[in-house]
Amino acid sequence: MSDEVYKEIILDHYKNPHNFRQLAEPSFKADDSNPLCGDHIELSVKVADGRVSEVGFIGKGCAISQAAASILTDLIQGKTLDELKGMEKEQLLEAMGNPDLGPVRIKCALLSLKTLKLGLYPYMSARGPTP
Amino acid sequence: MEALALDVEKVGADVPIFSKLFNGKTLAYLDNAATSQKPKQVIEALTDFYEGYNSNIHRGVYEISERATEEYERTREAVRGFIGAGSTEEIVFTRNATESINLVARTWGESNVREGDRVLISVLEHHSNLVPWQVLCQAKHAKLEYIGIKGDGTLDMDDFKEKAGGARLLAVTQASNVLGTIVPVKEMARIARREGCTVLVDGAQSAPHMKVDVNDMGCDFFALSSHKMLGPTGVGVLYGRKDILEAMPPFNLGGDMISEVHSCSASWNELPWKFEAGTSNVADVIAFYHAISYLERMSMESVREHEMRITDYAMDRLREFGGLHLYGPADLSKRAGIIAFTMDDAHPHDIAAVLDREAVAIRSGYHCAQPLHESLSLGGTARASFYLYNTEAEVDRLVAALGKVREVLGR
Repeated sequence: MSDEVYKEIILDHYKNPHNFRQLAEPSFKADDSNPLCGDHIELSVKVADGRVSEVGFIGKGCAISQAAASILTDLIQGKTLDELKGMEKEQLLEAMGNPDLGPVRIKCALLSLKTLKLGLYPYMSARGPTP
Repeated sequence: MEALALDVEKVGADVPIFSKLFNGKTLAYLDNAATSQKPKQVIEALTDFYEGYNSNIHRGVYEISERATEEYERTREAVRGFIGAGSTEEIVFTRNATESINLVARTWGESNVREGDRVLISVLEHHSNLVPWQVLCQAKHAKLEYIGIKGDGTLDMDDFKEKAGGARLLAVTQASNVLGTIVPVKEMARIARREGCTVLVDGAQSAPHMKVDVNDMGCDFFALSSHKMLGPTGVGVLYGRKDILEAMPPFNLGGDMISEVHSCSASWNELPWKFEAGTSNVADVIAFYHAISYLERMSMESVREHEMRITDYAMDRLREFGGLHLYGPADLSKRAGIIAFTMDDAHPHDIAAVLDREAVAIRSGYHCAQPLHESLSLGGTARASFYLYNTEAEVDRLVAALGKVREVLGR
């Protein structure tokens, strides 16, 4: 693993995570963990007029998993549900500054995105197609 | 063979990977509980086999096949001597210690564990000495019970004595791969067998590091892995008492494990080949001989002494460093060369990743012992584990690298 993993942006978000809170009345929420290393993320999202109006996360784990979750909460603000659904892992990794992660730690980075989709899909199907 | 005094520098020089550079630095390899590095004697034995006498064993009547058969069986005799077994009939080659334990669960366990029976393991167990019994107990409607540990990380012998009566099987590790705890298996086997309980000892973490004598220990089964003791991957050993192995049905079925095959029936080969179906891992078994010889030349007593010295030094340095939590027995006589720790400022994964930049290799996570971590309310640990080639200078590099962890990740 190269020096490129613990980039400033990752360390900043790890040490001072953004949106580190649980929303009181989220539109949907989900939690997931990475059983191999014990990373855990709980994500809650509030939707207004078809767009993300508020996001919160809480969690514990390694710097990569926690920083990624913090960066994701910034990234999805104001996005439509379809935009969330279509979000690719590359978008998150790019926002993280494309750290040079190996096959093991990429799972830490993508845990929050996986958690988001875990909450999003049932919410979207319960809501039915977007008008 | 007269034992040589353990010369750490000389051992290091025998291991080719230690002359390579990683990020411009030599490797401080402190993940020996996961696997060991290999001396050139072992690596060269593999090349010699493939270049000089590659052939199948127990079949050919030509020269190179006979040589391969002799050397394969020579390893079996070396293992017998190394663990103090009475006969080579009691030494079965498997893929690894995990497969050795699965073999027992699927053959002995299948025919001996019945509904309502109790199978006793400890909370220290690696998943490989836990999941096979969990699944067996579920299938048989038997009960899996755990022996607890005390606050100092040693096994709770009172708890064991309470649970030993009437148990069908005791399956326990001789050394914990996380806490380093050395388990008093000899005393436990004596008590268990008096109660008519069969005893399996998982020696994956003990056989590489201390003198083992299965007869003196009094166990019925003992499992080890070659790759943790300087040997190649893909070779494990199951020791089983002859009368028990004889009564057990075979594990895998096919060539080499049979005596006679007719269109409607087959009879099994003699011990130990009854349990070695198909073409064995010939090259790696042959090379494993050179790992055992290497350890015996050093003597297991001096390997153990060296590791105790390094562990003692490392514990002192890590305590001095501060802000760390060290787990496992403080009494070095009850502890193998393994130190699991956590750091207030950093997650174990981050510790291992920052250490990697300094070419210091340690492990992080649950180390295949999730129930143990859960019982200690730990979400994972960082783990340094030592072997006969590790030096105090490498411990110093570990401590210096932990300083970098604090620098990078401290809040």
